[in-house]
Amino acid sequence: MIYLYAFLVGGLICVIGQILIDRFKLTSAHITASFVVAGALLDSFDLYDKLIEFAGAGAQVPITSFGHSLLHGAMEKANEVGFLGIGMGMFDMTASGITAAIIFAFLVAVFFRPKG
Amino acid sequence: MIINYDKSIKKNAWKPKYLRNSIRAFVSGGSICLFGQILLKLYELAGFEKEETGSLMIVTLILIASLLTGIGVFDKIGQWAGAGSLVPVTGFANSMTSAALEYKKEGLVLGVATNLFKLAGAVITFGVVSAYILGMLRYLIENFVL
Amino acid sequence: MKKIGKNSIQFSKVYMSETATIVGPLERSGPLGNFFDYAYDDLYCEEDSWEKAEQRLVKDAISLVMTKSFKNDKDIDYVIAGDLINQDVISNYVMRDFRIPLFGIYGACSTSVEGLILGSSLIEGEIGSNIIVSTSSHNSTAERQFRNPTEYGGQKPDTATFTVTGAGACLLTNNETKIKVESATVGTVIDGKQKDANDMGSAMAPAAAETIKQHMEDLNRTPDYYDMIVTGDLSKVGKPILIDILKDNEVDISNNHTDCGILIYDSEKQPVFAGGSGCACCAVVSFGYLVSLLNNNLINKILIIATGALMNPIMMFQKETIPSIAHAISLEKI
Repeated sequence: MIYLYAFLVGGLICVIGQILIDRFKLTSAHITASFVVAGALLDSFDLYDKLIEFAGAGAQVPITSFGHSLLHGAMEKANEVGFLGIGMGMFDMTASGITAAIIFAFLVAVFFRPKG
Repeated sequence: MIINYDKSIKKNAWKPKYLRNSIRAFVSGGSICLFGQILLKLYELAGFEKEETGSLMIVTLILIASLLTGIGVFDKIGQWAGAGSLVPVTGFANSMTSAALEYKKEGLVLGVATNLFKLAGAVITFGVVSAYILGMLRYLIENFVL
Repeated sequence: MKKIGKNSIQFSKVYMSETATIVGPLERSGPLGNFFDYAYDDLYCEEDSWEKAEQRLVKDAISLVMTKSFKNDKDIDYVIAGDLINQDVISNYVMRDFRIPLFGIYGACSTSVEGLILGSSLIEGEIGSNIIVSTSSHNSTAERQFRNPTEYGGQKPDTATFTVTGAGACLLTNNETKIKVESATVGTVIDGKQKDANDMGSAMAPAAAETIKQHMEDLNRTPDYYDMIVTGDLSKVGKPILIDILKDNEVDISNNHTDCGILIYDSEKQPVFAGGSGCACCAVVSFGYLVSLLNNNLINKILIIATGALMNPIMMFQKETIPSIAHAISLEKI
């Protein structure tokens, strides 16, 4: 069942993005930036974790989960060490993704060339 | 001298194909997430811990999106899928890889490295700023109000 | 030469001699593929960067015009050249390899006709007798400068246009040939208050309408004077808007109007959105296809209106509207 929910929830999040693009002529950068903020916002009410529980990758894969992970890492560290933990833990959960994106982007740029 | 163009421009304006675009976004976005879910299961079967499978799945999707960008396929997928490939983490990886690739000719430092976050920078900036503000509020409320 | 009406010029001794058109793979496989002199199979054109590829196209086009007309550097009085890339670098860099005085011009996608008008005026004023006009665009140089990296997967709306990869050059001369440059109308900058950089057709149609109307007024003509009225790159979006605006102003071009951006690609089969655009769009269609229609007696009188959107990404990010311009030139079969 989780597979079906992953498909449905993931698809629906993308449809929201598509409607924002078509209806309000938002650029890709505007869409992704606002989705990250939306993810962080949902996480601050602990709603995003419930969505992940329900839809698995359907909630983990969309960029909204980046905002959720940033806030989540920050709060975990803050609970450990206090206020400064917000900054210290900010990238805790997203570090592997950002690292991978930088490394792969760099390597692809070294070994491929744009096709146009 | 002609003054009133507005009427003709509005009358002949093209409407976006909302339904077609939304269906494509739904199917492609849903499929990418479904694929992510299958990856989670595979990594679980391979014996990874629950915390690790999530990271591995995201990293795998980033790797695939970067490679598809490198071989020149992702832009074609993106044109069909729209938000379906933009909103998942694949879009984030593509924005970084495509920028890095495009500026290859300007050198590794001034080209690739400085332009890597040209498009993805917005996501990271807004993510960090919003998470910091929300985190601070939540910390203050949890520790001093409640 | 005489200035006629408000914005128009009538020429008496300017002729279009040889032309050359070099294109990329997608243009070659389009409906007009056979009308172009040479096509590269690959967007890199045997070079290692997009900018060098576009330079290659321009150099090929200028060299080919000179070869076809048996002229060398010292026979050409001036080259008038322009492209879309910042500071006109493509044309400027190409001209390092020639010893010909250069006028670098910019009029976005209206550059080809702007160059023809300037060149014709110089010849008419006996300031030169052989002038080459050249313009170019390349899909990837334009993408990376005006939009996103070429491999970026953002979706473009159906109203977007596809920048033509190619270069067109022609020789203007005072020696009589089969094609006479008859008159021209210089465009004014018109702002239709459009803001969508993915919908150039809507932004440029008002400018084209202004110029066509002005041309008809200045020369006291009606659209049926021409066998064809061809706009540069209004695409499928801009064409009906142009016809509509002009109809409201009692100029009916619905019978003989067509658009280079629609002609150059088969938008049903090729992934080009609403049609072609870019400096090269009007240039290669005019110098390849339209000139051959004139040379083969299929048409006698043609009005070409190249349209240009005069914005850049910075102005777009600052939420400015898109001003545009259109220049018209009338060619006649002798």
